[in-house]
Amino acid sequence: MSTTSDAQTAPLTAQKPTAAAVAKRRLTSPWASLAAVIIAVVWTIPTFGLLISSFRPEKEIKTTGWWMFFSDPTVTLDNYRAVLDPETGVGLGDYFVNSIVIAIPSVLIPLFLASLAAYAFAWIKFPGRNLLFLAVFALQVVPLQVALIPLLRLYVSSGLSNTFWTLWLSHSAFALPLAIYLLHNFMREVPAGLLEAARIDGAGHVAIFFRVLLPVMLPAMAAFAIFQFLWVWNDLLVALTFAGGGTEVAPVTVALANLSGTRGTAWHLLSAGAFVSILVPVAIFLLLQRYFVRGLLAGSVKG
Amino acid sequence: MFAAVMGVILFVAGRVGGRRNDRVVAYAYLAPALLMLAVGLVYPGIRTIYQSFFDASLQSFIGLDNYKTIFTDPDQLVVLRNTVLWVVVTPFVATAIGMLYAILVDKARMESFAKALIFLPMAISFVGASIIWRFVYTYRPDQPGVQQIGLLNQIIVWFGGEPQQWLVESPLNTFLLIVVMIWIQSGFAMTVLSAAIKAIPDDIVEAARLDGVGPWGMFRFVTLPSIRPAVVVVLTTIGIGTLKVFDIVRTMTGGQFDTSVIANEFYSQSFRSDNQGLGAALAVLLFILVIPIVVYNVRHLRASESR
Repeated sequence: MSTTSDAQTAPLTAQKPTAAAVAKRRLTSPWASLAAVIIAVVWTIPTFGLLISSFRPEKEIKTTGWWMFFSDPTVTLDNYRAVLDPETGVGLGDYFVNSIVIAIPSVLIPLFLASLAAYAFAWIKFPGRNLLFLAVFALQVVPLQVALIPLLRLYVSSGLSNTFWTLWLSHSAFALPLAIYLLHNFMREVPAGLLEAARIDGAGHVAIFFRVLLPVMLPAMAAFAIFQFLWVWNDLLVALTFAGGGTEVAPVTVALANLSGTRGTAWHLLSAGAFVSILVPVAIFLLLQRYFVRGLLAGSVKG
Repeated sequence: MFAAVMGVILFVAGRVGGRRNDRVVAYAYLAPALLMLAVGLVYPGIRTIYQSFFDASLQSFIGLDNYKTIFTDPDQLVVLRNTVLWVVVTPFVATAIGMLYAILVDKARMESFAKALIFLPMAISFVGASIIWRFVYTYRPDQPGVQQIGLLNQIIVWFGGEPQQWLVESPLNTFLLIVVMIWIQSGFAMTVLSAAIKAIPDDIVEAARLDGVGPWGMFRFVTLPSIRPAVVVVLTTIGIGTLKVFDIVRTMTGGQFDTSVIANEFYSQSFRSDNQGLGAALAVLLFILVIPIVVYNVRHLRASESR
């Protein structure tokens, strides 16, 4: 896979028909377009409905459907105020900050450790290399559930429980197998001559790593970073296990899940709360879509 | 603290020069990651397997009894049935929708916008998605003067039907939860398959077209065989994700009304019912179920690469 050029994400030659285009054209275009529009609408309407609701007054959300908004539009920010303010409502603002505090080290730690390990696997010969790499690769299979409870015990006995460390360390450990594998694949693509040249110039491993590889690796690292960020931000299971008890370290997903359980019909809070939690990942997704797609393609299909 | 440790490693690695000392550098670079994997994944995994042979409070060894419970207890059998439903339905439907959409919008005007619409749910957390869909399924008592606020029930009412409590009726409710997962995963399928479709060589398409191959034939004999490896990867990836689905079930029904799946049952048994042995056994079962899918995936990838 070409790691450094954008050729892959750019559309192929514009004039020549692809297989899909031919198939579609022969499928009599109006029906094909209609089907596409129907899928797009079905995929968008649920989110759209909740978004509209989040701006409607509480009383109206609970008595009429959100589609009535169009015949009687009333807009209010009260719902957002209620979920964010710790005085009146659920204080989602604190959890929001927690999510950020959890996510950033949970991205940086595995990114850094994995790129070091990937460098060793990709460019240094040492005994047991293949076996170790295979073992790390195989660890991707282990589901989180298998590790959670002994890990919780470990945190309690070492006094780390109810601190951000439990989440940082867990997310980092769980992310490492995939991160090492992905970054290793990208590093292998760097031409050996580039490293050889640097070595002849007298660069050591540290210099090669930072001056030669890091700049080339940035797109791949960005792809992994976005993935890991979205995964950590959206995670519920790890957060519930290690931070579910205390409110000091719980992220916004935990707060929202609890709200959904205890006040399942408080749609004015749920709708606004959902959008507070969605805001960051969707913004990141829209801004960095290109890297996200690249990471997706690198992680699943080689090609 | 973390930065300090890393600083020391880099400093030491920078000091040792020469190719003879490559080994030292390699191990220094690997040490933190391997240590973390050992403590965070390997040790806990082995410990969980060990605990799955113990009773609820992890006091006495009971052999395979936990596994026997999973496969004989009526409640646990419902959990297994639901998991099978999830894993059988979700990957295929999500992949089919993703493939259809990828073909439909290929080369269309505003292709990237159209794709973003389907892709966006992937950025939304499972919790957020669950709340979005709980709102769609919301039920209001069917009385004069009471209007439906959930879209699904409103549509039923518009067509003259009776509003339902969708999330209460089993096994219908499991399918309605599966819809949420399909909603999230179709974008993933669409993205990967779209890239695979665009990578099909033009001359093959052109040759088939000159031979007078129709649209269905084009799909059947050109598109599908060319993207088969990608389809397998998408199916297996979604399958693995579906096996571990927890957030959706917990947020939408809490596993009530016969909607629990293995991943959710693991959480309930371990933390709610305080049956740690059974919880561990469920986690191990999840592990065992994931392995064949991954092995198949890797094998298929190898085979398609060596061709």
